[in-house]
Formats: sequence, structure tokens, C-alpha cells
Amino acid sequence: MNALVLVLRAGVRDLARNRWLLAYAIVLGAIAESLFFFGGTGNQVLLSLLNATLLLVPLVALVFGTMHVYASREFVELLLAQPLPRRAVFAGLYLGLALPLAAAFVVGLGVPLALHAASSDAPWRALWYLACAGVLLTAAFAGIAMAIALRTDDRLRGMAVALGAWFVLTIGYDAAVLALVSAFGDWPLERPLLGLMLGNPVDVARVLVLTALDAAALLGYTGALFRRAFGTALGPVLAIAALMLWAVVPYLFARRRFLRRDF
Amino acid sequence: MRTEGCGGVCTDGRPAVRGARILAVLLALGAAPLAAHAQAHAHAHAQVTVMAPPAASASARPGVVVYAGLAEAVAAAAPGSTIRIAAGTYRGPTVEVRTPGLSIIGEGWPTLDGEGQRELLVVRADDVTVRGLRFVNTGVSHMQDRAALRVIESARCRILENRFRDALFAIYLQKSSGCEVRGNEIIGASRDETSNGNGIHLWYSPHTRVLDNRIRGQRDGIYFEFSRGSEARGNRSEGNRRYGLHFMFSDSCRYERNTFRANGAGVAVMYSKGVTMVGNGFLDAKGSAAYGLLLKEITDGALTGNRFAGNSTGLYLEGASRLSIADNDFVENGWAVRLMADAEDSRFVGNLFRGNGFDVATNSRTLRSSFDGNWWDAYRGYDLDRDGAGDVPHRPVRLFALVVEKHPEALILLRAPVSAVLDGAERVFPVLTPALADPRPLMRAPR
Repeated sequence: MNALVLVLRAGVRDLARNRWLLAYAIVLGAIAESLFFFGGTGNQVLLSLLNATLLLVPLVALVFGTMHVYASREFVELLLAQPLPRRAVFAGLYLGLALPLAAAFVVGLGVPLALHAASSDAPWRALWYLACAGVLLTAAFAGIAMAIALRTDDRLRGMAVALGAWFVLTIGYDAAVLALVSAFGDWPLERPLLGLMLGNPVDVARVLVLTALDAAALLGYTGALFRRAFGTALGPVLAIAALMLWAVVPYLFARRRFLRRDF
Repeated sequence: MRTEGCGGVCTDGRPAVRGARILAVLLALGAAPLAAHAQAHAHAHAQVTVMAPPAASASARPGVVVYAGLAEAVAAAAPGSTIRIAAGTYRGPTVEVRTPGLSIIGEGWPTLDGEGQRELLVVRADDVTVRGLRFVNTGVSHMQDRAALRVIESARCRILENRFRDALFAIYLQKSSGCEVRGNEIIGASRDETSNGNGIHLWYSPHTRVLDNRIRGQRDGIYFEFSRGSEARGNRSEGNRRYGLHFMFSDSCRYERNTFRANGAGVAVMYSKGVTMVGNGFLDAKGSAAYGLLLKEITDGALTGNRFAGNSTGLYLEGASRLSIADNDFVENGWAVRLMADAEDSRFVGNLFRGNGFDVATNSRTLRSSFDGNWWDAYRGYDLDRDGAGDVPHRPVRLFALVVEKHPEALILLRAPVSAVLDGAERVFPVLTPALADPRPLMRAPR
């Protein structure tokens, strides 16, 4: 445990000085602030923030995460030369990446929202979901980034894989789902579709915010399953549980790789 | 409350509480001769009328006749007289009013209790006023449309400021014309559709004014059928199981400043001509068969300055033609406007579309309705000549909306980046979406 705290502290201290992380928080904050500045009402701002979260959070976590793992390669080798348990070192590394990223996200969005909290008729439930979604997405994609970076030693290749993963998960996956829906439109697709949505953290995050933001539209669909998922608390609970799972699974994958790897 | 100059009769019910029952016995002893006297002279004397139970003192006042029961008083009353009902609970057989011009006025909210068994008051005479009464508990009947207050083939009735609780149907007007239903408060038991009735039900009752009523927990809040030339203003109909307003075969009606909120299926207006709707709120109708406002087979109507917000479908047009739809706000609906292929020649002008999942959806590629000078939050154009209207037409039907129309399950991809990619592609190569376009989209929100 001591080793974990040690590594975590070193990681956080390292990242806290990182200019890119600061830039990330500022960009998020600037987006939110400018949305308010240009006269958006609560829901419009939230929609734009949703888009920013869905695209930016995975991108930053992936690119920044892989870069970070490559950059701390020598530090890791040094740590592993000490009598420290590997699991604790890995946990420290992961948290040292995920926590500062999540903090940057929360601060970046939180400050402008807090500033405008009094003046805007903000949809608080949706905002709360958005915050949950952003933090859990960060956790998931930090894990994915580590898994990618630990798999390939070639930095360029690792970065390319990370960008590819970003593209697939944010756009490619949904495009495939859409193609599937068009191809098998005559079949009962409700259940497989919900399953497919759970298979991609970006979709889970989006659907989670939609349950608060676009319930009116989602309830317009006739299917009983959608109705149950979006008309009751079941949808949000399921989505948050799935996102938590998505935060854990890549972590375990990356750790397995880390434990077996010969540095 | 005293009224000078009306023909006098008085009434009482059978009180529920024990103390009052003793009083009723006293009244029965004292009131009979007085009643006979009043009947004999009612039309001759202008009198003040008050009534029992607490009438030991009232009976001493000149011109006041006290009855032991509401039914007796109504039966004895001369045309044009006023019956005042004192506070208390009245349980008796259904009271029928057959005398024209009667005013039945409650003082201190007397309660007519149907004990789950029967209708409470039936009016079969012209010019009757009913005010300040509390009607409760008609019970459910699957054999008849049991109504707390029923008006049958009577003209110019006035139903003012009454309260209804747990009534199957609250106010039921049949073949009655020129009535006014104002300021009533109707709270139903919110039973499901099959064992629930309507709040204010008009059947063949033309030229009725329905004003400032509040209705909730009924099947349909307000129901108009075959009631032409009627109007509804300032009503609030919310949380009803089926429609907030259900309206059929009623031409030339007018709706103003009503609020319909969170009703099971929203509002349906069907098979009518010349309907005018101004400044109403159609809010929070959520569900696959719920519509803020459903218009079916409506011609020559006008919708002006209404607000559609938080509905699964804001405005649904089917077989509607020659409508003028101007200056309405469509805000945060799932679908703001759904136009079916058979909706013709309707004009959308000066409306505002903000925060909707889809602004306009349709099942057809050829549409014969027009949009001109509306404000769309999705508009991405510019205004170089600074005339306040965008230089590039806005095409409100998104490609993704077409996909969803064809494959409803695709709705799960709403707000996904890929749906934006689809719409972007369509904007660059517009081949699939209908030719429908707003040639002069507003640059600034009109409201």
C-alpha cells in the first residue's frame, strides 16, 4: 500500500506540473464558458458539453495516457528495480494518470458551471450524469491507454493505435450499429441494440445523459424495453453500472500485461 | 350573503353529523307549514331565502323557508327563485331540477355525497345556476356515464365555482346550448381509462363557454363532441389519464390561454373546421402515443402563439390542411413537428425551434406545407446582406430523422457523433432529405 501511495504521489506531482493537463482543463472551461457567454440556455450548453465530453475526454485520455506511459518508462524501470510489489506500482501508475485527468475534467467543467449556477436554469440531473459520465469515461480510457502503451514499445505505433481506438469507439462503432440497424431493420432489434450500447463506453455515457436530457424523445419509441429502460430509474442505474465495469475491465487488462511483461 | 328580491324558497339536506340530525327533526316539525306557505306565495312575494340545517334562527326571518331536504326544496321552488344550501353533507337520491331560472347556491361549501352510488344533480330546465357546491363520490359505473352534475337539453345554464372530487364524470352537458362553465375545480380519482370519466364533457352542446377551470386525474380533462361555436379559455388540465383536451366534430371553436400538462396522451383535436388556438401551453406529454397536440382531419384552423415544450411529439399533423401555424414556440420536445404526407397547404411562419431532438420529421419526400421565416437553433447559415434572414435556406428535416422514421430503433443513436456526421454529409450533398426548406430562416430568435 505504501508503494501505491508513493508511486501515486510521484505521478500526481509529475502531472500537476504538466502543461498539457492544464491546457485540457482550460479548454474544457473555455468551451463551457463561451457557451454560456453566447447566450445559451441550460439545455443547449449541456448538449454542447455532452458532445465535447464524448469526443474530447476519450481523445485526451488516450493520447495523454499513452504519452504518459511512454514518458515514465524509465521511472517505472527504476521502481521495478526496487523491492516493491508490481501490483501496487501499477495501481499507483494508473491512479497517478486517471486522477489528475478526472480532476482536470471536473475543474474545467465545474468552474464555469458554478459561476453560472445561479443565473442559468441548468438541468441539474443531466449535469450530474454528465459529470459521472466524464469521470468514468476518463477512468475507462486511461485504462485503455495503458493497455495500448504496454502492448507496444514503438511509440509511434502506440499513438496510432490509440487514435484508431478513439475513432472506432466514438464514430466507427456507432456507424456499424447504424449499418446493422438499416440491414436488419425488419427484425426485433431492441434487445441486441441495448446490448451493443453497453459494449461501448462512449455510447453508455451518451445514453446515460440522454435519459435525463432527451427522455421526451426516447419515450417516443414504442418498444417496451426502451420504455422500461428510459422511463424508470433502471436506465441510469444500468448505465452507471456498465460505465463502472468499463472503468475496471481495461484496468485489469493493462495490469495483466504489466505483471507479465519483461521490462 | 343575502339576496333581496328573489322568489323565496329554502332548503336543507340530511346532515351527516349527529347534532345536525337532531336539528333536522326540529326542522321537520317546524318547516312543513312554512313550506306550504312559501309555495303559495312564492311568486307573489320577492323574498330572501336562506336554508337549513342551522336554520332555527333563519326560519324566523321573513321570506325564508327552511326545508329538511334539498330535493324537497328544489321541487317546491318557484321559477326564478334562489335556493341557498347551508354547509353540511347531503346524502339523498339524485336531485332533479325541472324549474327554470333556479339558482342553487352553496354557502360554506355544502357537500353533495353520492356515496359511490349515484349521480348528484341533474338539471333539465333553462337558465339554472349552480354555484359553490361540493360534489363528491359518484362511484364508478360501467353501465352508464355517471356524472356528478348533468345538464340535459337545457339552455344557458351557469355552472360556477364548484368543486368535484372522485366523480366518474364531473360536469356533463348534453344537448344544452349557451352554457357557461367557469372556475370549477375538478379532481378525479385518477383511475385507469376504463373506469374513469371526463372532467368537463360536452356532447351536442354548442356555444358553451368553458372558462378558468382546473381539472386533474380524470380520463379526459375537457371533452368536446359535436359542440360547435364553443370556447375554452384559461383552463388548466393536467395529469389526466388520457387527453387533457379531447375534441371532435366541433367546428368554429376557440381555445385561448389554456394549459395542458402531463396528460397521458396530450391533446387531440380531430375532424373539425375553423378551430382557433391562441396562447395555449401544450406541455410534458411523454410517451410513444403522446402528443402535445395531435391534429387529425382539421381544416382552416389557426395556431398562434402557443408553447409546445417537453413533449415526445410537440405537434402532430395528419390529414390537416390549410392551417396557419405562426409564432409558436417548440422547445425541448423529442419531435417538435411531425408532418404526415397527407398534411397539405399549411404554413409555418415565425415559429421558434429550440433544443428539440428533431425539429421536423415526416414520412414523405414530397411535402406540400411551407416554412417561411422561422427561427431554428440548428441553422448554421449566415446573413451577409443583414436583412435579418439567413442567405442560405434551412432544411429542417435531418437525414438522421429520416433514418429514425424508417428504423425507429436507431433512435438510440440520438446525439451520437455519427448522427451529426450523417447530417453534415447530407448538408453537403443534399439528395435524400425532402425538398422542404425554410428559404428565409430568422437569424435572431423572435422571442
